[in-house]
Amino acid sequence: MSAGAPRSLASSGQKSIQDICHPLSAEESALNPGSAADTGLILPNGTPVDTSSLASSSSLLNRLQLDDDLDGETRDLFVTVEDPKKHVSTMETYITYRVCTKTTRTEFDLPEYSVRRRYQDFDWLRNKLEESQPTHLIPPLPEKFVMKGVVDRFSEEFVETRRKALDKFLKRVADHPVLSFNEHFNAFLSAKDLNKRQGLALLTKMGESVKYVTGGYKLRARPAEFAAMGDYLDLFTQKMGTIDRIAQRIIKEQSEFLMELREYGPVYSSWSSFEEDLHDPLEGVSGCMSNCSSALEELTEDMSEDFLPVLREYVLYIESMKNVLKKRDQVQAEYETKLEAVVFREDKKPPVPSDVEKCQDRVECFNADLKADWDRWENNKRQDFRQLLTGMADKNIQHYEKCLAAWESLVPLLQDKQEAEGETS
Amino acid sequence: MREREMQSRGTDMPTQERKLLLKKMEISVAEAEKRTGKNAVNMQETYTVYLIETRPVDAASEGTNPVPDSLWRRYSEFELLRNYLLVTYPFLVVPPLPEKRAEFVWHKLSADNMDPDFVERRRVGLENFLLRVASHPDLSSDKIFYSFLTEENGWKETVFETGFQAKADSRLKALNATFRVKNPDKRFAEMKHYGDELQSVISQLLRVRARAADRLYGVYKVHGNYGRVFSEWSAIEKEMGDGLQSAGHHMDAYAASVDDILEEEEHYADQLKEYLFYADALRAVCRKHELTQYELEMAAQDLTSKKQQREELATGTIRTFSLKGVTSKLFGQETPEQREAKLKMLETQIEEGEELVKERNAECEEFVKSAWVDIERFKEQKDHDLREALISYAIMQISMCKKGIQVWNNAKECFSKM
Repeated sequence: MSAGAPRSLASSGQKSIQDICHPLSAEESALNPGSAADTGLILPNGTPVDTSSLASSSSLLNRLQLDDDLDGETRDLFVTVEDPKKHVSTMETYITYRVCTKTTRTEFDLPEYSVRRRYQDFDWLRNKLEESQPTHLIPPLPEKFVMKGVVDRFSEEFVETRRKALDKFLKRVADHPVLSFNEHFNAFLSAKDLNKRQGLALLTKMGESVKYVTGGYKLRARPAEFAAMGDYLDLFTQKMGTIDRIAQRIIKEQSEFLMELREYGPVYSSWSSFEEDLHDPLEGVSGCMSNCSSALEELTEDMSEDFLPVLREYVLYIESMKNVLKKRDQVQAEYETKLEAVVFREDKKPPVPSDVEKCQDRVECFNADLKADWDRWENNKRQDFRQLLTGMADKNIQHYEKCLAAWESLVPLLQDKQEAEGETS
Repeated sequence: MREREMQSRGTDMPTQERKLLLKKMEISVAEAEKRTGKNAVNMQETYTVYLIETRPVDAASEGTNPVPDSLWRRYSEFELLRNYLLVTYPFLVVPPLPEKRAEFVWHKLSADNMDPDFVERRRVGLENFLLRVASHPDLSSDKIFYSFLTEENGWKETVFETGFQAKADSRLKALNATFRVKNPDKRFAEMKHYGDELQSVISQLLRVRARAADRLYGVYKVHGNYGRVFSEWSAIEKEMGDGLQSAGHHMDAYAASVDDILEEEEHYADQLKEYLFYADALRAVCRKHELTQYELEMAAQDLTSKKQQREELATGTIRTFSLKGVTSKLFGQETPEQREAKLKMLETQIEEGEELVKERNAECEEFVKSAWVDIERFKEQKDHDLREALISYAIMQISMCKKGIQVWNNAKECFSKM
């Protein structure tokens, strides 16, 4: 035995959402109430939660209780993105994902849906949401464009990363008290043929999008509250950028270290080939290094696939948030300008500023929506980063645990031989 | 023959005390200091001297703690000692000195001989050298070695007085010559080959290790940047701030931990280097065997040719080409008196030749016997030492992994409180 297989590692950290049984999932084996006794977790709607570790159940709860508005209330809409499949046609090759919905909402005709969607469908949805709900923060999608040749768009890792991000996107929309009732969202989840609906939507909803388009009004000053948000977003973006750069640099250094490790291990092996007594120990060391190399490779891959994309997602998110802030400024500017115009008129005519009143309403609604969404965003952000950074720590811990196991299994092997030698000499 | 040789080398210590010196005496290289002085060409130079401390083992065990005897030596004196030992005991695998110049360095390591880290590692290496010699069954009883440890002044002169330098030439010849030996001892040929391979593989190992150390350093240090950015980020956060800030401190600790890790690894590299140089010493013994074998073969060849000449002269036949043969053909045979004189000379030469062959043969056999004993001893030492080195390397790696797990667990705790 050279290095021996690493011991099974103690589980550490939360499971990611896709590893957890969907609470109402029909595909999984029937959830027996007995399991609820194990975890003691029963969803508000009475369904027991079958999870295999405490950590994952608390994470599940976190994910379900994202929305403060719903705390304690029955959650009635569950969405998942799963089962990516490749479609090859003469024109193009693309991936579709199955979008499963389970709901008790009356806005839906059926309690369950299972549809196939591709990335451009998600993109359509997001654009429609932005158009139709301009006062709200719309969650981000994973990056649209990938450089061909640099990233393999059809590799398992890339597709899985994308799937996770799309899943998160839909879940956030589903958890949002306003966005989840949006008709485009409904169509996305339920329509058999989304293209037709997309076409229809385009025609009938044109008017709606005009609602919040305002002219180029100049805002004198952003209210402190929203100015603070803007400042925060700028600084936050900076920090995200820095962390992205650091993470990339670490991956690069680790990759270069990995290259050296891959050369280092085999030298011990070739040394062992012309030794007698030292043959096994040297082979053992070589085997250990090989295990450490694999562990490091996994770490760098995980960081590339799971860590960096989430950071980038946030940067995109912030860009769209800044746009919402600007829109809000526009609406306020329009209101203030029109209000000033009315004030200055000073006609004996009673001002009938239904126009101005409407503007005031718009401003107030926008501000309220934005504030609520901002709080939601802060909460999400906190959880996301807690999860992201804890995940990063976990990956590093797992890496070291694998290496530790390899080296620890080698030492007794080396020392046993010594004892044997001691006995014979 | 060895006994005789040993005595002629001036071991004036009584036989019963010719045990391992190390059992009688504690030896250490305790300190290093910089000195400046004028060198051989009267130029100012700065060099390092090392303090050698010795103390009889008995004194320490008696409970009294006498001040150790000490003297200062510089690296060149160690070199002189070793050269003396190499020449005087060509059949022994003489322990090597630590490297003259820093090699296989990675970017954080200095290649400067005056660098304090280098000096410290050299101090350890010199001590190791002395301990190795003092624990060698034959070398430890050498008089010159003993006076190296005990007589500060005049030691150099004593060494030169032994006249070892004359023998140094033959040693150089052995190392540099490309003669062909007809019947080398197979075991020595194999050992030489082993020495070559060992040297090659350890060089490769040290080279790659140095590059890997460089990279590992980079990985750890960049994590320190997380410390800074988490700190900056925590300043703009409310609830997340504390967790981020403390996690950042752990990232700083992680980055700093690599210095100790690599310092320990350098010790491992030094252990490998010792055997890199040992491989060289092993090869030198094999080469010396080849030389003695070669000289024996030359003497034997010479004897054979002389015998043939005698035969020809006696029987009047010329089988071998010789100028004599040609001239005698051209100018006629010699007179019987001349032939008689020649025969007599040849007889004398043959007698001497046979003596020489006998001598050389005995030398060869003696060399092979003594050298092989030491080579066996060396093999066991090498297997033991390298196994120990690998074990401590594995333990080092384990410690590094455990530290890593601890730091990341600490950071994880902070993150989970965000």
